[in-house]
Amino acid sequence: MSAPAGSPHPAASARIPPKLGGAAASGAAAPAGPGPGPHQQNGPAQNQMQVPSEYGLPPQNYIVPSGHYSQGPGKMTSLPLDSQSGDYYSGLYTVPTQNVATPNTASQQAGAQQMYGRAPPAPHAVGSTPGSFQGASSSASHLQTSASQPYSSFVNHYNSPATHSASSSVASQGFPSTCGHYALSTVSNAAYPSISYPSLPAGDPYGPQMFTSQNAPAVRPIRDNSFSGQNTAVSHPSPLPPPPSRQYHQQQSLSGYSTFSWSAPGLPSTQDNLIRNHTSLATASNPTNTVADSLSCSVMQNVQPKSSPVVSTVVSGASSTRMPPAANRPVEPVASVTQPSELLQQKGVDSSSTTSSASPMPNSYDALEGGSYPDVLSSSASSPAPDPAPDPVPAPAPAAPQPSKMPKPFGYGYPTLQPGYQNATAPLNSGGPSSSPVYSGFQQYAQQYPGMNQLSSSLGGLSLQSSSQPESLRPVNLTQERNILPMTPVWAPVPNLNLDLKKLNCSPDSFRCTLTNIPQTQALLNKAKLPLGLLLHPFRDLTQLPVITSNTIVRCRSCRTYINPFVSFIDQRRWKCNLCYRVNDVPEEFMYNPLTRSYGEPHKRPEVQNSTVEFIASSDYMLRPPQPAVYLFVLDVSHNAVEAGYLTVLCQSLLENLDKLPGDSRTRIGFMTFDSTIHFYNLQEGLSQPQMLIVSDIDDVFLPTPDSLLVNLYESKELIKDLLNALPNMFTNTRETHSALGPALQAAFKLMSPTGGRVSVFQTQLPSLGAGLLQSREDPNQRSSTKVVQHLGPATDFYKKLALDCSGQQTAVDLFLLSSQYSDLASLACMSKYSAGCIYYYPSFHYTHNPSQAEKLQKDLKRYLTRKIGFEAVMRIRCTKGLSMHTFHGNFFVRSTDLLSLANINPDAGFAVQLSIEESLTDTSLVCFQTALLYTSSKGERRIRVHTLCLPVGSSLADVYAGVDVQAAVCLLANMAVDRSISSSLSDARDALVNAVVDSLSAYGSTVSNLQHSGLIAPSSLKLFPLYVLALLKQKAFRTGTSTRLDDRVYAMCQIKCQPLVHLMKMIHPNLYRIDRLTDEGAIHVNDRVVPQPPLQKLSAEKLTREGAFLMDCGSIFYIWIGKSCDNNFIEDVLGYPDFASIPQKMTHLPELDTLSSERARSFITWLRDSRPLSPVLHVVKDESPAKTEFFQHLIEDRTEAALSYYEFLLHVQQQICK
Amino acid sequence: MSRTFGAEGRATCLAIIAFDELKTDYKNPIDQRNTLDPVVLPEYLIHASFCVMFLCAAEWLTLGLNMPLLAYHIWRYMSRPVMSGPGLYDPTTIMNADILAYCQKEGWCKLAFYLLALFYCLYGMIYVLVSS
Repeated sequence: MSAPAGSPHPAASARIPPKLGGAAASGAAAPAGPGPGPHQQNGPAQNQMQVPSEYGLPPQNYIVPSGHYSQGPGKMTSLPLDSQSGDYYSGLYTVPTQNVATPNTASQQAGAQQMYGRAPPAPHAVGSTPGSFQGASSSASHLQTSASQPYSSFVNHYNSPATHSASSSVASQGFPSTCGHYALSTVSNAAYPSISYPSLPAGDPYGPQMFTSQNAPAVRPIRDNSFSGQNTAVSHPSPLPPPPSRQYHQQQSLSGYSTFSWSAPGLPSTQDNLIRNHTSLATASNPTNTVADSLSCSVMQNVQPKSSPVVSTVVSGASSTRMPPAANRPVEPVASVTQPSELLQQKGVDSSSTTSSASPMPNSYDALEGGSYPDVLSSSASSPAPDPAPDPVPAPAPAAPQPSKMPKPFGYGYPTLQPGYQNATAPLNSGGPSSSPVYSGFQQYAQQYPGMNQLSSSLGGLSLQSSSQPESLRPVNLTQERNILPMTPVWAPVPNLNLDLKKLNCSPDSFRCTLTNIPQTQALLNKAKLPLGLLLHPFRDLTQLPVITSNTIVRCRSCRTYINPFVSFIDQRRWKCNLCYRVNDVPEEFMYNPLTRSYGEPHKRPEVQNSTVEFIASSDYMLRPPQPAVYLFVLDVSHNAVEAGYLTVLCQSLLENLDKLPGDSRTRIGFMTFDSTIHFYNLQEGLSQPQMLIVSDIDDVFLPTPDSLLVNLYESKELIKDLLNALPNMFTNTRETHSALGPALQAAFKLMSPTGGRVSVFQTQLPSLGAGLLQSREDPNQRSSTKVVQHLGPATDFYKKLALDCSGQQTAVDLFLLSSQYSDLASLACMSKYSAGCIYYYPSFHYTHNPSQAEKLQKDLKRYLTRKIGFEAVMRIRCTKGLSMHTFHGNFFVRSTDLLSLANINPDAGFAVQLSIEESLTDTSLVCFQTALLYTSSKGERRIRVHTLCLPVGSSLADVYAGVDVQAAVCLLANMAVDRSISSSLSDARDALVNAVVDSLSAYGSTVSNLQHSGLIAPSSLKLFPLYVLALLKQKAFRTGTSTRLDDRVYAMCQIKCQPLVHLMKMIHPNLYRIDRLTDEGAIHVNDRVVPQPPLQKLSAEKLTREGAFLMDCGSIFYIWIGKSCDNNFIEDVLGYPDFASIPQKMTHLPELDTLSSERARSFITWLRDSRPLSPVLHVVKDESPAKTEFFQHLIEDRTEAALSYYEFLLHVQQQICK
Repeated sequence: MSRTFGAEGRATCLAIIAFDELKTDYKNPIDQRNTLDPVVLPEYLIHASFCVMFLCAAEWLTLGLNMPLLAYHIWRYMSRPVMSGPGLYDPTTIMNADILAYCQKEGWCKLAFYLLALFYCLYGMIYVLVSS
């Protein structure tokens, strides 16, 4: 069970041999050959260059997007490619590879051969390269990969290490042809700055590149390609990529850039899925983009002369190609961008099992060289820095950015470093000031980071510059402040760090701390009476994620921390761990910076420039070969279930999304149904129709045929489709009312235990047979009790034990409970809680009587089936010495003090951690937290996603109060309250919540604020605290006095535990907007759409006027409340009905009307929807309809029968303080 | 008598060691539960039987000293988490720092109590031997 997780951390991590595991051997040999070459950069590069020139034309023919990749590799490997693709990837990556490979082989073979001729080892290398290419393709963005290759090739030219890679990729590069090598280099340089390194945000030099960041993931590669393409025109692949980048730029500029930073989103538009991230990034990066555009243009021009024709053609292809990948995998694209190289490497490795040698060779070679990661570089870093200088026009900007970066990271934080690390080129602080162009570039660069940090802010266009100390400490008299809620969404406070660190810090969307100034001692924390903890969203869908493939993952020798932007470099050869302060050696391999293609700049590596990175792990991080994606569906088919009709919805969703299930060619799938017996389905390939096997012995469940129940998705697709089509009607006449859930789960466990994977359980009633049977525990008369709420805990430990067993076998159980009656979710939820699954609950589900629930199920399923997934994962959280983890919240099994075992990880899972301060932090001014999530991707890659957060230490109470992140604090409190209500009682938990407010405000009043007011004084940073806590008290999970079904309450608690902060906050405190008077004032532009930004309204009926229409965003549900005397124009224009009376009671869609107000309303709602993974269901609520109670219960500032109004609550708190 | 206290002490020692392992090493809480749970009930039963013997022997003072622990044991077992088998520890919550710290503290306190009780009984035995 534990093995996979445990081993990686302790054992594996530290010493990863320079070479990739299996591939290493062969790779090593190959690299050796090239090794010498690399240094000789010029020589080999030139040769290569020449070759490419030859190819330049042919590649055009091959322009096919994939071609790019293939080209590089092709040269190297035409043969290997074929073999590889056939052998290794054929299954998994067949499509992408083929595309890539074919072109490569054809066009490049000759070239490749030549290449090889140079270096004897080359053949191997070639083979590897193709592999890498393939890998890239698999990664999703072929283009990217190709791009990376070109890049690498560039690198090669410039850097010796590159030579090897170059050999492979070089072919693609037509550079040589374009110009003299040097000339090309310059050109390429120019190009680089503009284009390629967006991904590298970290990459200093490329600040401008950053602009591309939007594209970044994809773009990077593209850019690379473009570079290569531009340079070479020659390389088929390369040409393609450039065009895309250009296109992007152009598009951006055209569409929205000029108007808004958001226009950037426009870029994202290409990648709709990612939109959100993009937008934020884009906003940040837009300026850069524009700059970049200008730069790029200039560059392009420079370059173009030679290749322009080619480029243009290529462009179209590239763009097209790119788009698809992005679309397919919103999340991954980013990764892919950076990844291309990485992926390549990985794949090379993976594939390497047989042929890996080729890719490994380059890598190993590089490693030998010291700079070995051309690929990586291309992906993550940008070598451009040096390059930019060459170009006259672009030069200023690029040059500036570079310097800026260089100095910045270290300048403030680690002054000592600077001297050592500065490059000759960028020794000076770019310090924006140097030149105006530079300055602009710099700014952009800077902006990006903030953008990253404050996605929302950038989106909103309202960047709340997070409060400076004075502002956040400004005393606010809560009882006199009537409009406490700001008009704009609340953003996370920005830690009070110096600018460099701020830019490098982890995005608050992934990683937040309740106190952004960590108290120096536990005593200080106790005085402040505030909770200290972290809120994590580690597997969030990201649009920009540097992926690093490296033979050595650099980690601290004693605490195993991954190297991160906040370590300090003592000199060029040593770095000091920021968590345990141990001084470590910098591995030789790490000295080479692939981005800059320079040696001796470890601080510029992507790992040190990005606080969120993903490593491709070697076999050291595996306890067994990466598992395939395995999905098992366990379906309730008792009378109750058939009556509810969920099978139709599920089967339909599955049929639609069967091809989108994350996985590779090994993906397996299986189905089980159960009522009082358990039915298995034999889907073995070759059968004419699915075979149903019934096991009626539920006391001792066995598997009728162990081999053919979980079948390969692709081999048995027809059978699976047959089954899915037949299932909804198979049990229509069933009279079986019993449900043997427990035995079915035991059978599922047996079925899954050899591989692990995901079990999705659909249940519609109380399990009534066999192990794990449950009795109804709810007393309906107690639903609105104000006293004791019982049965919040499980009735049996059967499900918990089962979950622990599953967790041990890397199996997660996801529960879909669709029930109209009490089903004891408190007990059933345990199966998901401890196996890292997720829980969905659809009360009173019925596919015809309750269409909105059916729609919600459908949408949830779509997301559920297609979202990213990680298998056999473990997550370890490390923090600076002196701090320790106290308690974890979320769905997982805690394996040791800082290690969470997650059988599955999904992008919608959030975690919370309570911290305690064990030793005084007086001797440090910064503390860091690092989350490392090791998982197996659905493609069978072992990956590590690392987030690092850096926070300052506060020595005074005022500091602590100034740095409170209210939202994070409230979410952490909610988690703690859930624990409390289960272990103690609900009233205890409620008291604890109120006490949290009372204690913190009274502590503030008595220590920090000297004002003797009669009112209730809170620091500005905490002014929303009472409001949020009141909202929590009125939340389904904690409310008393209002009739709340036990299952609803328990489900709300489950959600509090496992939702990430952004979603949880909407659940606790919904956003209310008035939408009958939307204007374009302050609107933002997203993807060519104008999105109005109405101000937030406080959640009180006083804001609801009968003349208005209001939208309430509760996270998973939207309400539109229509006032009685709402303007008929609005009703007609937006809702499509003539007047208020004719609006139907149940309305869940806004018609697409061709009116301005309808357009605004819809674009606003769409914008809100796009910002979350689950598409919320819309309810139109008329003022008089019975459904309005649901709407009104969210108006938490109002008084209800059982609860205080906001003002009363404040008075209550004040009273308590004065006591 | 002393030997039984030894057995109790051993159970407690085991608990202390196990919790320490859990905290410092990366021992799996499930394994830990599997080693500890089987000894919890025997420890409680032995202690209870001692109390019965004290009662029979009319050792009121000794019995009085042991009653709080007996009551604690009963309370502790009554308020254990929901579980089907015998045992006390829930592997899913044991890693919470509060609970872990509590269990460790409990272990040390009981060990101290058993040690004192051992010496008290030794003293009593020797006193009886000498005086007779």
